This record gives sequence, structure tokens and C-alpha cells, in this order.
Amino acid sequence: MIKLLRHLGLYFIMMKKVISTPEKWSVFRKQLVLEMEKVGVNSIWLVLIISLFVGAVVAIQTKFNMESPILPLYLVGVASRDSLILEFSPTMLSLILAGKVGSSIASEIGSMRITEQIDALEIMGINSASFLILPKIIATTFFFPFLIILSMFIGMIGAWAGGLSADVTTADFLYGLRYEFNSFFITYAIIKTVFFAFIISSVSAYYGYHAKGGTIAVGKSSTLAVVSSSILILVFNYILTDFILS
Amino acid sequence: MIEIKNIEKSFGDNHVLKNVSFTFEKGKTNLIIGGSGSGKTTLIKILIGLHKIDRGTILFDGVDFNAIKIKKQRILRQEIGMLFQAGALYDYMTVEENIMFPLSMFTDKTQEEKLERVNFCLKRVNLEGKNNLFPAELSGGMTKRVAIARAIVMQPKYLLCDEPNSGLDPKTAIIIDNLIQEITKEYNITTIVNTHDMNSVMEIGENIAFINHGEIWWTGNKDELLNSENTELNDFVFASKLFKRLKQ
Repeated sequence: MIKLLRHLGLYFIMMKKVISTPEKWSVFRKQLVLEMEKVGVNSIWLVLIISLFVGAVVAIQTKFNMESPILPLYLVGVASRDSLILEFSPTMLSLILAGKVGSSIASEIGSMRITEQIDALEIMGINSASFLILPKIIATTFFFPFLIILSMFIGMIGAWAGGLSADVTTADFLYGLRYEFNSFFITYAIIKTVFFAFIISSVSAYYGYHAKGGTIAVGKSSTLAVVSSSILILVFNYILTDFILS
Repeated sequence: MIEIKNIEKSFGDNHVLKNVSFTFEKGKTNLIIGGSGSGKTTLIKILIGLHKIDRGTILFDGVDFNAIKIKKQRILRQEIGMLFQAGALYDYMTVEENIMFPLSMFTDKTQEEKLERVNFCLKRVNLEGKNNLFPAELSGGMTKRVAIARAIVMQPKYLLCDEPNSGLDPKTAIIIDNLIQEITKEYNITTIVNTHDMNSVMEIGENIAFINHGEIWWTGNKDELLNSENTELNDFVFASKLFKRLKQ
């Protein structure tokens, strides 16, 4: 318990340092673009591949579980749409991105810590926490919603392809996609994603920034970042779902 | 000039620095020497503000570092050039970007002006034309020289070097030592070198403080060191057979 409180205290102290005006806007903009590329653009292929195949599997499994003459085939489209928008794209994909982006952030900052690069920034008179972490947080919270929307779209294509292979016609599938569609579900997914992006970037940065020791510490910080981010994503998924949808 | 007065520092029950006072003189290479665990790295980290002191005063040309606000400390830190043991170059930046970084952060110079300054510093450390290499492509000696170039790019008033020769062959180590001394004289800055390399001590030791068990046991220059009768100092400095013969 004391350890948890200590972590929380250090996290908030770090965040207080992070949330400050950048020392030089031109350098900050450059860093931001670099981070957008690292955490966002470089994750596009992963998002495309996972979403496509998961979408297809969701459609096939839905069809498999609905082998009844009284259930219309368009329900495959409805179930695929809702599974992808409500849960897979925002939550499951965030968990996957916690593994990719979270570990990358923690190991990058952790390596900088143990090789004294962070000390070098501090000695130059730079707020190292803000300089290193703020662009990562802004880049993830800004870019992840785009990745999630892309995931929804590609997931639907995968579901359509999966549905076709399970004898669900295009007409049935498209009818299902449009059937009683509630656009608020997209807003809900984006709200969740913004929270998850913040959790992934700030928690991972926290573990990297406080890495102590040698290369083992970098690996440890990376593991702790992924585990902690994943648990927090699941906890906040429940809290946000209860708060927004109930 | 940097003056430290009655510095005390503990980590838990470990009393690392005990009432340490010394004056690091301007235009000289000031050396902090001592064995592993003697407290010299803690002292240099205190000087650059990475560790807070428990008691005492640190004066940078009369300005009490710990009495001024964090914002002013940051401004003061811009006057300090630091050479880290492993260089601490930013991996994702080229040599040119590494050296240019402090200029981009703290000056309003144009790109041409910054590049001119970077090239001047690279020339000063004999690394002309290496602008586009990444740190991973540099040898140990080149890394140290790039780190020196980055440390002097803002024309600092103080240059602090943490074991600048570690991991270098003796010939390259002497090149780095001489470079540090030349820069100190050229820009008339206060240079502090933290080392346990006796070649460095004999090469550039103009004002030396020997730290043992967290206390300053001896001060002087390299000539006085040769004639010192301080047992602990002699045990440390003349530990090898070669140096014992030199002493005799």
C-alpha cells in the first residue's frame, strides 16, 4: 500500500513537471511531429492487420453461434459493428498499443535515464520531464483516436470479408451495419481512447523516467509500464463504461 | 570561480560528504581525485544540482546556487558545460544536431549562425566534417570530443567533466586531457575534472583536491603531489609499481 502511494506521489510530482509551457515552441513542434510519427504513424500497419483479421473472426464466430432459421443473417453485421466499435477498437486495440507504444516509451526514456541523457538535459537548464514526456502524451492522445477510427473501418471490412466466407451476403451485412446505428457509440469509443492514450503514455513515461540501475532496469521499467497500463486500461474501461453508458 | 563551503551530504545513514570546502579556480583545470566510493561523483552531482545538499554553500562567482529560485538555477545551469562519463549524447540526433541542441533551445540564432558555431566547435575538437554521423557510429574518443563540443557550444563559464578518460586508451585519454586544458585556458573558464586516472592528474592537475571517506584530505597541484608525504594520498596516487618508482 505504501509502495502504491509512493508511486502515485511520484507520478503526480512528475506530471506537475510535465504540464508546463514548453521552453521553446519551435523545438516542441519538432518533437511533437517526431512523436506523432513514432507512436502513431508507425502503428498504422499493426492496427490495419489486427483489425482486419479480428473483424473477420468476429463475423465468422457470430455466424457460427447464430445457426438458427429464426435469426436473420443481418445480425452478423449488427454484432460485428457493435463488438468492434464498443469494445475491440477502443479497448482491445489500446491494450495491444500499450504493449507496442508503452514499452517503446518506457524503454526509450529509461535508456536515456541510465545513460545520463536526462541528466544532461537538466544540466542544460531544460525541464526534462516536460521536454521528453509532454510531446509523447499529446501525440498519443491526439493520434490514437484516429487509429481507433481506422481500426473500426478496417475491422468492418474484415467482418464483411469474414461474413462472405460464412455465407452472409453483402446486402445482409450492410443492412446489419446500418440497423439501429447509434452514432454516440463512436463518441463513447473516442472518449475511452483518449483516456487510454493518456494512461499508456503517462504511465509508461513514469516508469521510464524513474528507471534506476543498468540495462536490466530498462527492461524492468518496460515490463512494468505494459502491465500497469494494461491493468489501468481495464479498470478505467469499466469506470468509463459505467459512467457513460449507464 | 566556484567555491564550496562546509558541504554535508548523506544518503540515509551513509554520510557521503563531511564538511567539504574547496575553491575551484578560474582559468585552471581543477581536479577532484579519490578512490571509488570516496564521494567525488556525489560532489560533482551536487555542483550541477542533481543532488541537494544537506548543509553548506555553493557559490558560482559569488552567487549562492541553493539560495536562488529554480528558474534562476536553470539560467545559471545554462552557463555550465558538462562532459559526462559516457558522453550522454542523444542517440536519435546526429553529431550536428547534438551540438546544435543547446543553441536551438536557448538562443534565437538563425540556422546559418547555429551551423557556423557548430562547425567552429567541431573544428576545435578536431572533428570537422563529422556532422552527419550518429553517436552509435562514433568511437569512444570521438564521442568524448563531440560531448566536449556540445559542452562548449554555449561558451560556458564553467566546464565540469565526470571521468572524461574512462574507457579510453592512454593516447586518446591524453588528447582529451589536453583538449580540456586548452579550452580552459582559451576561454578562461573554471574547469572541474573528476578523475581517478593518474595520467590525467600528472598531465593537467593545476589545482587538485583529494577526497577520502567523504572528506578533503589534501589539496595542491601536480608538483606538490609528487613531493607530498600524505600517506593516504600516496597510497592512492602511487598505487602501481610504475608510479612508486616515479615517486622514488
